[in-house]
Amino acid sequence: MTTEKKPNHATRVVVAMSGGVDSSVAAALLVEQGYEVIGMMMRLWSEETTAGGAHNRCCTPDQMADARRIADSLGIPFYVLDTKATFRNTIVEYFIDQHRQGVTPNPCLECNRQIRFDFLLNNALALEADYLATGHYARIGRSTDGGFTLMKGVDDGKDQSYVLSVMGQPQLAHTLFPVGQYPKPEVRQIAARFGLPTASKQDSQDLCFLGDGDYRRFLRDHAPEIFTPGAIVRRDGQVIGEHQGLANYTIGQRKGLGVTSAEPFYVIGIDATANVLMVGTADELGGRALTAKRVNWVSGVIPEAPFRADVKIRYKSKPTPAWIEPLDADRMRVTFDESMRDITPGQGAILYDGDVCLGGGVIERESVTQAAAAPMPAR
Amino acid sequence: MITIFVGVRTAQFVRTGVLGAVYNTGDSDEQKEKAMMRSAVYLDHAATTPVDPRVIEAMLPYLREQFGNASAAHSYGRRAERALEDARAAVARVLCCTPDEIVFTSGGSESDNLAVRGAAAAMRMHGRTLLVTTPIEHPAVLRTVEQLARDGTSGAAYVPVDACGIVSADALAQCVDETTGLVSIIWGNNEVGTLQAMAPLAALAHGRGGLVHTDAVQVVGQMPLDVKALGVDLMSLSGHKFYAPQGVGALYVRAGTGLEAVQTGGGQESERRAGTHNLAGIVGMAAALTIAHDEMDDHRTRIMMLRDHLIAGMLTALPGVVLTGHPTERLPNHASFIVEGVEANLLLMHLDMKGIMASSGSACKTGSPEPSDVLLAMGFTAREALCGLRLTLGRETTEQAIETTIAALVEVVEKLRRLQAGMKGS
Repeated sequence: MTTEKKPNHATRVVVAMSGGVDSSVAAALLVEQGYEVIGMMMRLWSEETTAGGAHNRCCTPDQMADARRIADSLGIPFYVLDTKATFRNTIVEYFIDQHRQGVTPNPCLECNRQIRFDFLLNNALALEADYLATGHYARIGRSTDGGFTLMKGVDDGKDQSYVLSVMGQPQLAHTLFPVGQYPKPEVRQIAARFGLPTASKQDSQDLCFLGDGDYRRFLRDHAPEIFTPGAIVRRDGQVIGEHQGLANYTIGQRKGLGVTSAEPFYVIGIDATANVLMVGTADELGGRALTAKRVNWVSGVIPEAPFRADVKIRYKSKPTPAWIEPLDADRMRVTFDESMRDITPGQGAILYDGDVCLGGGVIERESVTQAAAAPMPAR
Repeated sequence: MITIFVGVRTAQFVRTGVLGAVYNTGDSDEQKEKAMMRSAVYLDHAATTPVDPRVIEAMLPYLREQFGNASAAHSYGRRAERALEDARAAVARVLCCTPDEIVFTSGGSESDNLAVRGAAAAMRMHGRTLLVTTPIEHPAVLRTVEQLARDGTSGAAYVPVDACGIVSADALAQCVDETTGLVSIIWGNNEVGTLQAMAPLAALAHGRGGLVHTDAVQVVGQMPLDVKALGVDLMSLSGHKFYAPQGVGALYVRAGTGLEAVQTGGGQESERRAGTHNLAGIVGMAAALTIAHDEMDDHRTRIMMLRDHLIAGMLTALPGVVLTGHPTERLPNHASFIVEGVEANLLLMHLDMKGIMASSGSACKTGSPEPSDVLLAMGFTAREALCGLRLTLGRETTEQAIETTIAALVEVVEKLRRLQAGMKGS
């Protein structure tokens, strides 16, 4: 954390460029602020498609050419970093493996944890950069004790702090989010002013390694065993139908269950070991509590006592008040004030204090059935 | 929110709407200066060379007032034709052949294509359908042979090379038979610098009735070129490798050699290569070739000394570095290595940041490096074949540049090895 107050021209920043508006504006702003800027794009793994070529949707040759041209127009060097093997072995394997376990993972969280703010950041630092900059909508602030805080982007609709919640103090000390302080429309205006392309890339929630955007087809190709039909049961074990493979379902799903009933059924549990899909009524869906693993505390300090925070359980869900109880090592329990639908194992449970992201963890598989069971009245 | 744009520089980032126009605004000057201050060291002469100012001078009249088409019947055309034929004679002089044995092309790849396709087509009429080549050819030959084999019009045989990239006469003898139409062997390998003993290989192929082509693109300007002593029927060269501009080359075609045209049209180049001549480029190439020939001895002495200094420096300063290609039978300006544990893509990026421009057989701009086919053919592992580094020297390379390069390489390689060790540990 000794990177403060060097003059900008003596400060080297590697900016992760995608060819899209946000990262291009990030690069342009940094150049304007006088930093020594280097553009870099990660070449990620993507499956081979019959359409020809194995190009990740966020690093196609066109996007690479776009980014290179933008870098050139800004007068900065541009490099492509081969990240294929690392990405395949961590993120894509993780995605497949989690689905095998009946869990719906969030690969973007893992990518930021293991790729962007590890592999890429380390490569940037090795290039003698002081900072890695990205086009994310988030901000970095300072707390009263001098530590770094992760804050939501100014544009609430675009805020990406959810997927950045894996960052700790060492990462934040070497990261810049130049567009986080602008609303998206203003970013577009800045882009226009710099003569940069103004079109948006796809949302960062998309699974960029899919050839065709169809993740079920991808899973069918890479893990056909999770498409084995099995029983659909009620909570009491009563078999009421047959499912078409657990990978076809997520918690809270109502459509496509293939069972008829007086009131609509929802997926309330997935048991990969037994290959069983548990369904129930809207009343049975969700619960008040969850446990999460791989918890990251942005401050670097594990809280000693339970505390209040607002929690997002999906990228686009609303922050909801809850009690947070740190458990052993890197786990926590979250108890909401009210019952929550859609608590989905594998997604992040991310904690906020107002605009400040405190960290978060990955919702555990066991927690949903437990949580769902706990508050249910006796039948 | 607009405050960030207040200031002197704001005005310079004008509303252009066109990417290219931003480049011309004042704001990036600082960055450009910084790039200049890094004092660039260019060690990628095997990729291309700067155009010699004397070559530019020779070309200028043909870009200005002497604009005639060499095929035209009027006076401008005749003037152009005279310049063209003077250039042809100059090239022929350096190659020790006659002017009508020179076909002008657009560069090395076209020359290779014309040689392989043209000779294969001509020899096919004599029932000779086998193309014999090596796995270390330039892609312009390899991909062409592959395509002809895929089409079913030719067969393909590949002569294995040894660990230094040498094609032995014995190995060639096993591949060449009475169905062989063409043997194509790269004289000086672009990636590892190995030079083949062309004369005995050519004699062997001729002994069995085949034609012989060599890609001499890397050799021109580095070695004396006597096509008669070399004994080949076809030889490719490319202007921009010897201080002429990009986009012009030539193919030597020994008198009497059967060659079907690939590019058909107006009948230029004695029906062997149609298309209006790139006159300025051809004049420039002839001038560049003459200069290279005249300065050959001094150039070779100086460049080999620098190269040997670079190779010795690398091998003594850094552990885990292996010289690739032949230790002595190699291009005078060519040093190539495997830097163990350091992927070329990363290495080149770090060198570039230090202002040193180098190359590799595996690196590419798309971040999707593949192991070098040449290194694989020489028996290196796929892992090693991702770690090739090529440093090719040129006329303007100084001893200081070599020292700078060695020091930078030591620093960068040690750092990258630490980085990769750290990542494996985490």
